[in-house]
Amino acid sequence: MLRDITIGQYYPSGSIIHRLDPRVKFAGTFVYIVSLFVFKTFWGFLPAAVWLITLVIMARIPVKYLLKGLRPMLFLLLFMAAMNLLMTPGEVIGQWWIIKVTKEGIRSAAFMSLRLALLIMGSSLMTYTTTPTALTAAMEHIFRPLKIIRVPVHELAMMMSIALRFIPILLEETDRIMKAQQARGADFESGGLIKRAKAMLPILVPLFVSAFRRAGDLAQAMEARCYHGGKGRTKLHPLKYKLRDIIAYIIMIGYLVGCIFIP
Amino acid sequence: MIRFENAVFEYIRRDDEGNVEGITRALDDVSVHIKRGEFVAVLGANGSGKSTFAKHINGLLVPEEGKVFVGGLDTSDDNNLLKIRQMAGMVFQNPDNQIIAQTVEEDVAFGPENMGVPTDEMQQRVDEALEKVGLIAEKDNSPNRLSGGQKQRVAIAGVLAMKPECIIFDESTAMLDPAGRKEVIATAHELNKNNNITVILITHYMNEAMGADRILVMDHGKIVMDGTPRQIFSKPEEIRKYKLEVPEITELAYRLHKAGAPMPAFVLDEDEFMEAIRSAKAAGALS
Amino acid sequence: MSIILDHVSHIYNPGTTFEKRALDDISLVIPDGEFIGLIGHTGSGKSTLIQHLNGLLKPSSGNIFFNGQSIFDNDFKMKDLRREVGLVFQYPEYQLFEVSVIKDVLFGPNNLGMKTLDAEVAAYAALKSVGIDESLLDVSPLDLSGGQKRRVAIAGVLAMKPKVLVLDEPAAGLDPLGRREILDTIANIRKEQNITVILVSHSMEDVAQYVERIIVMNKGKIAMDDTPQEVYSHDEELQAMGLDIPEITRLFLRLKKEGYRLPTDVFTVDQAYEAMMK
Repeated sequence: MLRDITIGQYYPSGSIIHRLDPRVKFAGTFVYIVSLFVFKTFWGFLPAAVWLITLVIMARIPVKYLLKGLRPMLFLLLFMAAMNLLMTPGEVIGQWWIIKVTKEGIRSAAFMSLRLALLIMGSSLMTYTTTPTALTAAMEHIFRPLKIIRVPVHELAMMMSIALRFIPILLEETDRIMKAQQARGADFESGGLIKRAKAMLPILVPLFVSAFRRAGDLAQAMEARCYHGGKGRTKLHPLKYKLRDIIAYIIMIGYLVGCIFIP
Repeated sequence: MIRFENAVFEYIRRDDEGNVEGITRALDDVSVHIKRGEFVAVLGANGSGKSTFAKHINGLLVPEEGKVFVGGLDTSDDNNLLKIRQMAGMVFQNPDNQIIAQTVEEDVAFGPENMGVPTDEMQQRVDEALEKVGLIAEKDNSPNRLSGGQKQRVAIAGVLAMKPECIIFDESTAMLDPAGRKEVIATAHELNKNNNITVILITHYMNEAMGADRILVMDHGKIVMDGTPRQIFSKPEEIRKYKLEVPEITELAYRLHKAGAPMPAFVLDEDEFMEAIRSAKAAGALS
Repeated sequence: MSIILDHVSHIYNPGTTFEKRALDDISLVIPDGEFIGLIGHTGSGKSTLIQHLNGLLKPSSGNIFFNGQSIFDNDFKMKDLRREVGLVFQYPEYQLFEVSVIKDVLFGPNNLGMKTLDAEVAAYAALKSVGIDESLLDVSPLDLSGGQKRRVAIAGVLAMKPKVLVLDEPAAGLDPLGRREILDTIANIRKEQNITVILVSHSMEDVAQYVERIIVMNKGKIAMDDTPQEVYSHDEELQAMGLDIPEITRLFLRLKKEGYRLPTDVFTVDQAYEAMMK
């Protein structure tokens, strides 16, 4: 059943945002993050928030999903808010024992949390609207210039896409091995840290053996299908800019320029 | 199409210090010629060398002595390898471990992408290949959601998209359930018949070999029997010597024949058995 | 050890879009000492079913009784159940992890807290019953052949001295001789130790000549539960479920249709030969 869980959090709705070239979305996310750091006042977040809300509506992503993306980051968010609240010097408005809350502290805590929340939601918008495959393809493209300094860009992208394919398979396999060892009386739930760590061995060893066997098989299958690195390779779906992508770039530049000069 | 000339291949086992522990001759002076359009089944017990034989045909392995030629090209010449692999595609045993991409369509495109097929032509090749194995509807889906038999058909499509002349099935049915096995074998026969693709079917299910034009039996790295199913399976004693079995109905007929019953020494399948019974009855030899 | 399944259903990922009803209202009695074949094609629910037999999965609804005690009782001891019901998964050789054969087989007995001596005796006996030679005891399991690995893995479960042994596709992926050998071994173990054995397979051919009862699963339900002879007479229904009956049996059914008086409880070439020579 684990196989059904897709890695990443792609939410297919077929909107125009989904259909944009992944490179555009990459750049857009980058521009958006930059804009968040340009602003120094609360009012500055207004255009960013409007920008985000517009995109979310256009992408037809339920708000519920967007908020769900925040959940894993909640601890970080609260921690940062607390640090800012307590560590900012300024006009004291409340004091208990050694804890001092300042006016500036409240302001900065709210400011930082808002910025972080907008940042997380913005970047998860990209993963909601782009398949992992497209993301990998975009990264391969964007980082292509690094080939000059001998970064194996194609190989890294290939590794990433193979990893994406095999993660669900290996998850399922882990589940199966765990059950097989449980059937032999293994106990993963009780005992101290060391006992539990030791109990992982009967899972990890078979998992590694299997991963290596799969890797060997896969390498052979790739070789048999004429794989010989990225040289001379063509693509079924090469990335090609369409009119909507160019328009998106123009809007993006407009947004960035606006954000920098309006304040 | 494929020619083995005195091919020898050895696996050397070493201990932890790197000393030679033992040598297994997986191919022992093998010479054979397989013609274009033939459907050849290769049988043999585990460790008989049949998988090693298969891997020589598309250059994954190269003989240490002797030569292997595919379509006239010598597999030991590195410059020929890509051409050989395009001509002779392989479908492996484990369906999960040979699918590379995250959608069916992209996986089928993997071979043509490596060959540098232009994008305009690629989509057409992919669609044609998926059409042939009957999986065009699954085009955009994740291979993880397919059954074992379907995954193997995706792998076949992946080979077809490279426009091969020969497909080698290296125990491709070993991990499938009976329904999946039938799917794969039926596909192999269709491609052989309709597209004149040479098929080399490595298997240890005897029934799958019954529909072949020719059977090679391997034992200890040698080809020990070579003939039509009729020739091979009418010698059950010899077959058993190589740790193989005769399909049950064929065996039953053979034993009845030997016991003096009015039965031919060889029947291919259920239908032939029924036929033999009917003609025996017509001749009045059966109550 | 008797096992009773009372209206058992199992639903994976309930309440999500991936919800799947893998078992649908299964009721089943498995008395002591039976030799059962559990047949169904991939995805019919047989793997889910057997994981209920040793408590790896719990029913979403319904109840399971082991020797009369409900799995949901507060004083139900899961550890005891794991000892009593041994489950050998498909491709069990992939679970081997220890540095030597004997250590791997000892894993189960040690987990159950058996005394050192008892554990060793059980491990040796288990290895002997699956036909692993003593010279292999200290060899790394990774260096064994495929068939040997599978035997060691089965011994690993046998060493826990289960009263019920469940094997999922024990012959999968082996060559004809290997398949026959492993199934013969299992039949011998059952004869010698007089335990309940449940053989799970998608192939009728493999189980036909061994078992005395066949349970056919389809779409999470029990489609048939009877003697092999009775089950095989439903040739067409089985085919609709993607299952085959043994070749020889099918041949005899056909001969019978053409008016020959032949028995239908014939599953092997030997039996067929006997019957036809009469």
